[in-house]
Parts: sequence; C-alpha cells; structure tokens
Amino acid sequence: MANDKIRNFCIIAHIDHGKSTLADRILEKTETVAIRDMEEQLLDNMDIERERGITIKARAVRLKYTAQDGEDYIFNLIDTPGHVDFNYEVSRSLAACEGAVLVVDASQGIEAQTLANTYLAIEHDLEVVPVVNKIDLPSADPDRVCSEVENVIGIPAMDAPRISAKMGTNIEAVLEKIVTDIPAPKGDPDKPLKALIFDSYYDSYKGVIIYVRVKEGTVKVGDNIRLMATGAVFNVVEAGFMDATSLVNNGSLEAGEVGYIAASIKSIGDTQVGDTVTNNDEPCDEPLPGYRKVNPMVFSGVYPADGAKYGDLREALEKLQLNDASLSFEPETSVALGFGFRCGFLGLLHMEIIQERLEREYNLDLITTAPSVIYKVTMTNGEVQYIDNPTNYPDPALIRTAEEPMVKASILSPSDYVGNIMELCQDRRGVFKDMKYLDDTRVELHYELPLNEIVYDFFDVLKSRTKGYASFDYEMLGYAPSKLVKLDILLNGEVVDALSFIIHADKAYGRARKIAEKLKENIPRQLFEVPIQAAIGGKIIARETVKAMRKDVLAKCYGGDITRKKKLLEKQKEGKKRMRQLGTVEVPQEAFMSVLKLDS
Amino acid sequence: MDTGIYIHVPFCARKCGYCDFYSGKFTKELSEGFTDAVIRNLRAFSGEHYTAKTVYFGGGTPSLLSTEQLRRIMDEVRRSFCLVPDAEVTLEANPSTLTAEKLSGTLSTGINRLSIGVQSMSAEELRFLGRNHSPERAAKAVADAAAAGFRNISCDLMLALPDQSADTLMNSIHRLAELPVQHISAYILKVEEGTPFCQQGIAELLPDEDRSAELYLTMVKELEALGFMQYEISNFSIPGFESRHNCRYWQCRDYIGIGPSAHSCHNGVRYAVPPDIQSFISSPVQQTEVTDPSPCGPEEYSMLRLRLKEGLMLSRVPELRTDIEKKLPLLLREGYVNYDGNILSLTPKGFLVSNQIIGHLVF
Repeated sequence: MANDKIRNFCIIAHIDHGKSTLADRILEKTETVAIRDMEEQLLDNMDIERERGITIKARAVRLKYTAQDGEDYIFNLIDTPGHVDFNYEVSRSLAACEGAVLVVDASQGIEAQTLANTYLAIEHDLEVVPVVNKIDLPSADPDRVCSEVENVIGIPAMDAPRISAKMGTNIEAVLEKIVTDIPAPKGDPDKPLKALIFDSYYDSYKGVIIYVRVKEGTVKVGDNIRLMATGAVFNVVEAGFMDATSLVNNGSLEAGEVGYIAASIKSIGDTQVGDTVTNNDEPCDEPLPGYRKVNPMVFSGVYPADGAKYGDLREALEKLQLNDASLSFEPETSVALGFGFRCGFLGLLHMEIIQERLEREYNLDLITTAPSVIYKVTMTNGEVQYIDNPTNYPDPALIRTAEEPMVKASILSPSDYVGNIMELCQDRRGVFKDMKYLDDTRVELHYELPLNEIVYDFFDVLKSRTKGYASFDYEMLGYAPSKLVKLDILLNGEVVDALSFIIHADKAYGRARKIAEKLKENIPRQLFEVPIQAAIGGKIIARETVKAMRKDVLAKCYGGDITRKKKLLEKQKEGKKRMRQLGTVEVPQEAFMSVLKLDS
Repeated sequence: MDTGIYIHVPFCARKCGYCDFYSGKFTKELSEGFTDAVIRNLRAFSGEHYTAKTVYFGGGTPSLLSTEQLRRIMDEVRRSFCLVPDAEVTLEANPSTLTAEKLSGTLSTGINRLSIGVQSMSAEELRFLGRNHSPERAAKAVADAAAAGFRNISCDLMLALPDQSADTLMNSIHRLAELPVQHISAYILKVEEGTPFCQQGIAELLPDEDRSAELYLTMVKELEALGFMQYEISNFSIPGFESRHNCRYWQCRDYIGIGPSAHSCHNGVRYAVPPDIQSFISSPVQQTEVTDPSPCGPEEYSMLRLRLKEGLMLSRVPELRTDIEKKLPLLLREGYVNYDGNILSLTPKGFLVSNQIIGHLVF
C-alpha cells in the first residue's frame, strides 16, 4: 500500500459530544463491520467505559474507504482516552497520527478537555478537522459553535461538516475531509525500524500486544525487535492490524502504517507507552522524541473489607496491572485496616476506575483511604523524602521545608458561574492566573492549584456549583513550598492510621471539624461512648462524641420462640463482621469512605 | 420427665395494630374445631406419662374460649399428663371478656393464674393501641378476678408509646399496684414488620432511644419500690409470683407447644407448628417443623440466662468462660453487669442494651 493512500487520525471530543457514536458511524460507512454485527459503540470495549461514556484505553482500527475521487484509502482510526488523567497516553496517540477530527457539540460548544487535547494536537503538528455534531438537537447552534472554534482555536471552521452521528447525517462529508485535509504519512520503509508504541494490552494467548505507528523502516514476523527504553529484545510472532473485531496478522508493517505487534512479551512493564521499537540487528540511531515514564500522581491505601480476601486482592491487582502499566501497588499494613496495598494512580478517575473494576470484576469489597499526593520533604540534615502515605510523614521538628505538587488548571464555563468558580478555587488555595472570554457567554479561567486540593472532590463540587456546565482540565506544574501539617484522627483516644492525612495548616481546622462530624454521623452508637478527636501533633483541634447506645433489646418472649431471638443475634453478629474493630470501637466501612467526600 | 404445656389460641375479637402473633377472626365453629384438635394433640402424648408442671394458654385471645371448652381441654391435660397439684395454669385474657361468671367458671376448670392484657391505665394510650377496654374496665376485671378467687394475677403494660411521659407511665403503674396484682409484664413497644402499626409509620412517632431508655429505667425503679421485683428483662413480680411457665423458656427447660404457630423445646429438639389454623384443625396430629435440632448449647443457654436477673453461672459454660471474663472489665466499669466471680447478671441499664451485650459476650 502506497503511503499516499493512508490516513492516520484520531478523534478529539469532550465526553458525550459523540466521539464513540461518530467512530461507529465511520466503521459502518466504511463497511468495516457488517451492520448486523454492530454492537453499539464498538470501540469502547470495557463495561465501565461504556457506562461512564469514557474511553479509557486507546485502540486502533484499520478501515477501507473508497473516496469520491474513485481511489481506495486506508484509514487508521486511533482512539484516544478523553480524560486528563491519561494526558500522556493521549499525547502518544496523537504522535501516531497526522490529523485529528475535532468533534464539537452543536449546542454546548468547546469544553476544557477538548481545548486541552486540541492544543496538544496542534503542538504535535496535527491537521485538525473540525466537525459539528448533534445538529439534530433543537438547541443546536452550529454557526455560533463554528465561530467559537475559529475564535478560540484559531482554525477555519465555517466549512466544517455539520453532522448528526446519532442519525447518521452527513458522515460522508467527514470521510471526504479526512481524505482531502489530513496529510498522508511520510517515512521510508527501507530505513532502520523506528516505531512508536502508543498502547498495549495483555492477551492471555499471545502475551502483550503492542500498538505501534511505524515511522521509519519495516517490521516483519521473525524480526528481533528491541524496545529502546527498557532494552528488552523480542522475536516478532505476528505483525498486522486490527479490524473492528479482531487482529489480522499480515506478516509485516511498513513506515506510515499503524498496527500491532505480538512477540511473546510476558510483562506489560516491558512495553512502555511512548517507547520506540527498533530492529535489534539493525537499530536506528536514536529513539523517537517525547518518551517519558508515566508516574502515578495520586496514592491511596486499598484494603479488602474482609481481611481473608487479601490474597484475592493481590491477584486482582496483578491481573489489572497486566493491562495497565500505570497502576502501581505495593503491600502496606495499617493498624486499623490490616493488610492491604498502597496503590498509585494517574489521577482520580483512574483511581475510581481501578477501584470499581476491583469491586465489580473481581467481586471484592474494599475500603480505601483518602487519596494522597506525593509530598516532597527536605529534612534538616538535607535528605529529601517523597511521602505518598500520611502515616510516613516525618516529625515536623526534623523537616526543613515541605513542598506539595501544583497543577495548572483550566476551567471553561458559562460566564454566569465565574463568581462561584473563583470562590471555589480561592477556597482551594488557588492562585488566579488569567481569564479569557471565548465568546459573549463563555470564559476560560486559569488557576494554579495544589494537586491535593483537587484530588478529593474538586470536580464534583465544580460541577455542582456550575449546574454541571463547567469543564476542567489540568497539567502538572511541579513542586511549591507549603505549610503542611499531618492531621490525625483519634477514636477513643487512639490514632486511626488509615484516617490520617496531610493538609495545609490553614485548612486543617475546618477539615478536622468536618471529618469529626462525618465520623459521628457514620459511627453507630455502641455499648461505650466513642470520643472522636482530630489532632495535629499532640494538640486536639476538633472533638465530637458518639454517645453510648441506650436501647437495643428484645422485650417480648414470643411464646417460647427462642430460635427467632437467636437468629436475630446471629444476624447482628453478621452485621458486625462488616465493621472494623479498632480497640473497643466498631467502625463501619462507610465511616472510612464518608471522610473522603466531605462537601457532598 | 417434666414439661410445660403451651397452647396457642389463634383468634381474637379484633386484632391490635401492634400485634404480630398469629391470630385470626374468632368464630364459634372455629373455636370448636380448635378445641377438638387441641384435645387430640394432648391425647397424642398420653402414652408418655409426662409430668406437666405448667400450662399456659397464650394467644390470640384465649379468654374467648368458653368455660366449657377450657374445661374440656383441662380435663384432657389431666388425663394425658400427670398435672402436678400445685401446677401453674395461666390464661391470657382480654379485660373486656372477663365477667364475674366467666371468672368463676375459669377458676373451676383448674386455671389458677390470669395474665390480663391491660397495657395501660391511660384512656388515651389505650385508644392509640386500639384496645377495646377503658382503664376502669381493666381495673374492674382485676378486682373481679381477685373476688372470684384468683390469687395470681399478672397484668401487661406497655411503655415507650408515642407521647408517653414518665408521669402517664407512673400513673399506670400506681393504679395497677393499688389493685390485687402480683405480677407485671412490661414491654417496650416495638413496631414489628408487617403489622398495621408498621404500615402506618408509627415507628416515626415513638420516643427516641434515650427517652425510651429513661422511661424503662424509671419504671424499673418505681416497680421495685412498689414491691414488684424485676426477675427478667420485661417481667416483675411480688417475690414468689414469678411466672414459672415463662421461666422454663429462659432456663432451657422442656415445653410442648400445641396450636398453630406454637413453639416447643421437647426431647432435645426445638420445633414449631405452621401458622395455619385450618391445617391444625384438619390434621389428626399437628404438623411440626424442626427449627433447631440441637438447642440449649452454651451460647443459647447463656443468651437465655442473661435475660434473667438471677443471671448466668459461668461455671455452667466453661467453654465460654475465658472469653466472657476477658470482656467483663469494661462492662463492669460502665455499670452494665454485675459479677461475683461466678454469677454474671445484667443490670437494668444492661438489660436495655442486652442484644449488644449478649452479642458481645456470647456470639
């Protein structure tokens, strides 16, 4: 296949703006899938993705399209994750393309996420093809949205295809634009192999399948390949592409092509997204630019509700990690929660997805601790420590400086909510940077915010304060010095390690009070009074009390029906199994969870 | 072997909103069929030569049975069992059914103890409970019963009713104590699932946990001051008038239940009769379902004994002793229990949270 007949592109869209639906229509129009085989939204093939309408893992699919010029074209559609947690993965997917179809909702216009990803695409020199979707909606205003695209992004948009992916309206126009506007890939099949890994997953029969964009050279079955960052060498067993439903092994991939390689790779840790694949016997001079190791940003303790399930949890995490190299975990112990794991995630969504998959797919009941970011602590002796678990926070007397990670946040919203947003950001210790009007009614705000202020519930609160209209994106900025303290929670006078967290000194008091109140609501009255205290160092800064239970009695004797009484007590005992016994205090799992979301 | 006989009489003139016992509408035919069936079932034991120490007619409203029907049943008890001369024979009775004639008739059948469903001596509370008697009618029933010759009279009382104050409760207690009553069963009202009270959302109206607890503790103190000593969570009596039948339940002793929904603990097995009056009347011998093939293990024994003021001798449950003793210091400190080194018993404050304590210590 000549390179000039290949188009490599991705679709950029905000959640719910119709990316998956458009992808389905494209698959349908190119007859990649027989209509009767179509399941709704083929590209998203994880349950959780479908339910949340979020694409988590990128996938690539090859399509054939006969254009109006009479020529046959190969389309490689590379699906990208839409969420900020997977920013790096998005950037690697973009690096595999020459163009991006930008889908904008005809009534809602551009959102923060779309904007961030579009800028990213432009940074990668991608040709951006705007498409206005959902023109069938009564509230659609395609003219306004087109001018917004022109004003905000600065690309011509007045001739953008106006479509309804849902109704299948005007899809051909999109396909033609892809042919005419997106450049064909460049690259020389005879040069030494240079291919970009933009995704991978574990297949239990073939080992790790890596998705690559071949930039230079050719890879064939039987070749020895080297993954340059990790240095691992493998022998290629399959090389080919993916149609809508299966892998097609056609023996080789050439410069310009997008496809997959299977090489009996055992561990997904060997296949880092962004790494370069080269030929081990005839390597290229230098890897492709832009590779970096993905580091988890958010950490949380994950414990089985039933301690006996520790082994099951470990097994489940290992299985998930097969497909998700960005998930990290190591064993930890908590006095309160027993044996569990400290898990690292790319961000909050990633954390929620993993927790949900553990519970749903592996049928585990979990208790998770409040998410923590990584704090950088310089000790008085000059030693630098990175702390991802509040329990390990050093004695303040030994700390010279403490720093916390900062992000640059971008928020898009109707201008009516600017006041609410500013209030929220200020409350979260944000530093206002600038504000731009996108058009008469929509603004983009920039703030610098501490990451630890957004890991709890920032997005939820932002949504609720803007009636769901605001969108939000962030990128990491590095560390900044901060007045940090470790807040401990004591039940009946004893510190509950799983409830400790690190917080800015100015916010400690307010949060301490809220946590104490939440715990009081969530810890049931029991035989003994339970004092709840929040403390910094030895100093108590908030206190609540769960009063002792006064009444729990079976008064009647039910004509000698003893079995009924006994069953009741046995049921009560079962209920208590779901509680954590901390000293004399029984703490329901909900109490641990309740402190995670304080504003909702 | 000695035993107690429980006869469940499953009909009422009308059903009270709080009641979740098995009972249906009373008709004469039904009561005849029922009486015959009870007699058949008593006779089924005639070959066993059991000694009956107590008989208890519970319900429902057993006092709806005619004197004649009660007599036929009692005659059969005496034929098929060896009824000891000082047997305690109790009839649960609705005050409105107790005429002077009915009372003397009842006494003549051998029934010597009445458990009268007074519930309250406040007209308002009785209306709320849907009882068809007034405080005056209840007082008269008790007085008439004593006049007829009953020397062992128990009254039921309910507490923690909506809007019940310590004053109205004390008033009920004092008015009962002025009557010739030897025993009081005082139950904290509980809205049971499936009852009309439950559907009406009465649970919302009940006093909260703290107020209910206060009412209970005040009541215990007042009853004891009046000579009614607490011997079980909900039971109080002049010493010597404890209900011997009910004590059998709490002491893991043998009892035989007859009638739909009646429970038995007999020959080392707990079993129950299905709650179906028609099937009970038509079966030659009542059907039973085993509910527990090996009752009275140490846990159950402890659970039952701890309902009693006299408590549990830990030497009787050696397998639980170490575990229990480990947990006692905190309970003692909070005043939930008394312990003399062998006998463990709950205080009134402990009785109030007995589910928790028993669960904590035993299960």
